[in-house]
Amino acid sequence: MTILLRIIPAGFVVRRPQRMIERHVVAYRRQWLIIVSGFFEPLFILLSVRAGLGDLVGEVSVAGRAVPYEAFVAPALMASSAMNGAVFDSTGNVLHRLKYARIYDAALATPMSPADVAMGEIGWALLRGQMYAVGFLGVMAGLGLVESWWALLALPACLLVGFAFASIGFLATTYMRGFADMDMVNTVVLPLSLFSATVFPVSAYGDLAWLVQVSPLYHGVALVRAANTGVWSASLVAHALVLLVVSLVALLAATRRVDLLLRK
Amino acid sequence: MSHLATPGPLRVVSWHAALYRRLWRVNVLSSLVQPLVYMLGLGVGVGTLVDRNTASGDLLGGGSYVAFVAPGLLVTTTMVLASGESMWPVMAGLRWSRGYHGMAATPLSATDIVLGHAVWTTVRSLIATGAVACVLALFTDTRSWGLIPAVVAAAFVGLAFAMPLMAYSIDAEMDGGFPAIQRFVITPLFLFGGAFYPVTLLPAAVEWVAKAAPLWHGVVVARAFTTPGGAPIDWLAVAGHLGYTLLFSVAGTLVAVRRLRRRLYP
Amino acid sequence: MPFVSVPPVMPPTSDSLIVARGLTKRFGDFTAVDGIDVEVHRGEAFGFLGPNGAGKSSTMRMIGCVSSPSDGSMHVFGLDAATHGAQIRARIGVVPQLDTLDTELSVKENLWLYGRFFDLPRAECRRRATELLEFAQLTDRADSIVDNLSGGMKRRLSIARSLINEPELLLLDEPTTGLDPQARHVLWDRLYRLKQQGVTLVLTTHYMDEAEQLCDRLVVMDQGHIVAEGSPRDLIARYSTREVLELRFAADGNEAAAAQLAGIGDRLELLPDRVLIYADDGETALTETHHRGLSPESALVRRSSLEDVFLQLTGRSLAD
Repeated sequence: MTILLRIIPAGFVVRRPQRMIERHVVAYRRQWLIIVSGFFEPLFILLSVRAGLGDLVGEVSVAGRAVPYEAFVAPALMASSAMNGAVFDSTGNVLHRLKYARIYDAALATPMSPADVAMGEIGWALLRGQMYAVGFLGVMAGLGLVESWWALLALPACLLVGFAFASIGFLATTYMRGFADMDMVNTVVLPLSLFSATVFPVSAYGDLAWLVQVSPLYHGVALVRAANTGVWSASLVAHALVLLVVSLVALLAATRRVDLLLRK
Repeated sequence: MSHLATPGPLRVVSWHAALYRRLWRVNVLSSLVQPLVYMLGLGVGVGTLVDRNTASGDLLGGGSYVAFVAPGLLVTTTMVLASGESMWPVMAGLRWSRGYHGMAATPLSATDIVLGHAVWTTVRSLIATGAVACVLALFTDTRSWGLIPAVVAAAFVGLAFAMPLMAYSIDAEMDGGFPAIQRFVITPLFLFGGAFYPVTLLPAAVEWVAKAAPLWHGVVVARAFTTPGGAPIDWLAVAGHLGYTLLFSVAGTLVAVRRLRRRLYP
Repeated sequence: MPFVSVPPVMPPTSDSLIVARGLTKRFGDFTAVDGIDVEVHRGEAFGFLGPNGAGKSSTMRMIGCVSSPSDGSMHVFGLDAATHGAQIRARIGVVPQLDTLDTELSVKENLWLYGRFFDLPRAECRRRATELLEFAQLTDRADSIVDNLSGGMKRRLSIARSLINEPELLLLDEPTTGLDPQARHVLWDRLYRLKQQGVTLVLTTHYMDEAEQLCDRLVVMDQGHIVAEGSPRDLIARYSTREVLELRFAADGNEAAAAQLAGIGDRLELLPDRVLIYADDGETALTETHHRGLSPESALVRRSSLEDVFLQLTGRSLAD
């Protein structure tokens, strides 16, 4: 308990983070195309795998069964698109609002708190990521890649992935000097989306398999894949806990950073 | 003006280079890290899956998947870089930091600015693909002298995307169209354009679209040079493919010059 | 006597809206605000004057409860700023030095979404937005995207937005910097109306005409300290003379002339391009100048202004 008290910043007051989301809903009414277009990226990847790469790879073993490559990749794509959506919403867009549009300065001049700002932004990224996840799940179902109703549990799993990466992304953004640093985001996101048991199984790593655990996305992929196959195990609780803890710690740290940066 | 004066486009390039000097460190680092990550993830990781599948051998013409993907990586890198450099920075030059207006107040012409952009994009392409080539040289399957002409072929593709996009960006009202271009043109080409598997696997209609874009032509040329033990180079085909990409570059340049002249010197 | 914790609420002295005591703000080794005492009364227009870097904006941020004092105390509406920031912010309006308008939104949306940050009901936000558009003369631009407005319009919108919560206290950090004369006069008029309605105004400026126009009382700050305090008229009387005689001599002649002008008026100042003589009667000083056989290229007698006070107190060298 004392540790928790020490982590939570003294000024951690949550009043109405939903007002931040309200702002984005209004702002994006004019730019709905941008929101909609975000859905297409994972879709294109899935279709590309289905059209060509799947033929090259053939079948892959998932939970002891041989499945077409696209069925192996699809749940991972769902998780990594939740990550991508969350990261890009909480980095580039946040940097713009933080440093250039100075929207948070405006918000903090009102009774809104730094925690409201951080939670509102992360909440918005989650909401957006969740829309994509729902769409993607629909496409998977349309392509016959969903095995049972359990697959609906992939949605809360993506919510966790989004929460973790939106919080980390927001925190990282508070340290950025300018848009040139956005290059770093790509440099981190790319290996995560390739090496988290997404496009090839962990078995390919041999003795280094434990290293994959470092990637938060790996835990998300494990959850989404389990939801899709309906094969449950106790380790899923651990995967979920990892994501939750990462999310909360990053959220608290991000709030502290907003406080430091904008209320100096 | 003295006949010894630096040509206009090169003066524009030195302006680009001065701005780039503040960014190049991060930039070169990610130019090295990204291909390395792709090679390990797609080449080696997915490659193990592909090479294990006996059916894939025929589709790839007998080589390993790493060797097949490598030239694709080289050329898509240029496409992504050159198209990005021809959208936001061009809009910045006209609307945000207004560097082009600054140039327009000097003896530089619209042609100088557009050609300067072309030269600069080529330089950037060569740096980025050069970095990719260095990474490819680390792997035995992809190490060859053919990487050098492949880098040149990639630069052709870079221009073929840069110049039409520059023409588009000059008259674009807002930057809202840029992400759409990335999502609906660049990314699909990256995925379906022949970099990761032969376009012959695609449905016929998609295959024709992929072949119409300059990317595929560059990939084919680069692949001809880098495939280990490949067939002897058909120079006529190489010229044909590269000539096709030049159509895009030249058309883009002409439109860009006309539009920029209208914007800067109305 | 039993130990009792002191309540955070400090009884306001008479009708003081802001009471700062020993207010200090340090950033690392640098002291931006160095133990100042300030009191602002309800209904007045109060100004902070000073060169760049004097500590005005830091002080404003502390009043606005977006920056906590390193030392000393700050009470606004009798509430301790350190512990009641949100309650205080709910009752004030802030016009920051650089507009923080939401450039992706329309004019109207800027107003009512800002109202939502104050937790006002949607209908109420819309009603007030309509009124404020009228007040800021922006009704016909209600649906324009902010990015496309002129500087003066953006500033008026900033002020309109700061009024969405019907604040009792309005903080304006350099409200008219960068505006053309027409836009400045429109803004002054709007601020004057607010004052008439009983809104307390606190502003920073380095335009002396603005301070003379708007402020009932002001302090001059320099290097984190308050170096003078009073009404514009008081300050002129205290730190300057009634009139100033400005003389220009032929090239390089100013210095030689200054030597011969010694003793005229209360005080003499030699500048690179002219000589200033501070005197209660400028005409008499000019006559005396001619008597001493000097013939300046130009001579101007003008009333002393706050600018003279300001330069006298904070010096002429550039602060940054």
